[in-house]
Amino acid sequence: MKAKDIIKNGLIKENPTWVLILGMCPTLATTTSAINGLCMGLATTFVLMMSNIVISLLKSVVPDKVRIPCFIVVIATFVTIVQMVMQGFIPDLYASLGLFIPLIVVNCIVLGRAEAFASKNNVWHSFLDGLFMGLGFTWALTLLGIVREALGAGSFFGVNFIGGADGMLLFILAPGGFICLGLLMALINHIRKTK
Amino acid sequence: MAKKAESTLFNMLLSLTLIALVASLALALVNNATKGPIEEVNKAKVAEAIKKVLPEGKKYTVSADTVTVKMAKGDANLVRYTATDDDGTLIGKAIESFDDNGFGGRLTAMVGFDAEGNISGYEILGSSETPGLGAKADKWFKPTKVDNDGNMVNDLESGRNVLGKNPSINKISVKKDGGEIDAITGSTITSRAFCRLVETAYTAFNTDTEKGDKEQ
Repeated sequence: MKAKDIIKNGLIKENPTWVLILGMCPTLATTTSAINGLCMGLATTFVLMMSNIVISLLKSVVPDKVRIPCFIVVIATFVTIVQMVMQGFIPDLYASLGLFIPLIVVNCIVLGRAEAFASKNNVWHSFLDGLFMGLGFTWALTLLGIVREALGAGSFFGVNFIGGADGMLLFILAPGGFICLGLLMALINHIRKTK
Repeated sequence: MAKKAESTLFNMLLSLTLIALVASLALALVNNATKGPIEEVNKAKVAEAIKKVLPEGKKYTVSADTVTVKMAKGDANLVRYTATDDDGTLIGKAIESFDDNGFGGRLTAMVGFDAEGNISGYEILGSSETPGLGAKADKWFKPTKVDNDGNMVNDLESGRNVLGKNPSINKISVKKDGGEIDAITGSTITSRAFCRLVETAYTAFNTDTEKGDKEQ
């Protein structure tokens, strides 16, 4: 497998959100604004990248039957690091995302990539896979966040563009999240298939 | 490729233990590095909220104590910040109060009173209320208006306003329940929780310092 394929897989062909449909819970919960989506994506990318590297290093020494608990310990460690660093140095972001950061541990993408990719491939490819799967997740979340924020709050990355008028509240709430996600998924998969 | 260990009980225990050890070492190091900043951030957040809710324009020093207040579901310990000036005169008190029956669970707010027990301000510290509805509580109960000079001032006449009200004179509950506060449109549950939280804070305001847990 070539590096180019791994990059393309993560960003488009096997995009975790639009194609693999993994990690829907954080996707819907954190995309109430573009910046939240972006930051959640980047936090997940960091965890995915680091855990893929470590798991790829461990794959040849860890006995098969305890591999899942070992992977989870590795993933949970990186998540906790992200959480503590964010809480200490970016408190504003932590205030809006804090609840969802620990949930990265159980995000299907992270364990999914560990099991499906990192435990079978070398360190360099696992690193690339983690990075670009993460970035694929990030752009999906950011796009969803931009659309929901624009419709729901009338702003773009926090900059208001509709004056004093109220946005369509529905899109900030969970049902609007489902609607947006469904429509965007349909659109993107249509583009992907006709290309 | 290095030889993979067999899945014997010993090998499994050994590898998982080693990984857990390394993980805890890494976490201990990061915790050491972030403990200070996290504490500072939390302290700054509380200090900021105290400053916002206490009467403006006066110099004071703040001391903290814990007050036990009877609530519907048993007792609760609230942190109370008492502000006094250099002569020891009471400027006001800020109480970190909460109510567990908001629409999304616990609603936490810092409520400030001046020396007479009039509400001087509040800040929502934590809530899981619905965005656009209950989450409006952060500004709803302290409405502002533009005065004749074009400045933003607190609209004390508004039915929503709690600022300047004294829970011993004014009934702090929503109009639906016979009180005098306008509930947030579509969010009566949040509004009720907020009113209860203010009442709880007022109880803490009036509780004696010495025999804190007996007074009501």
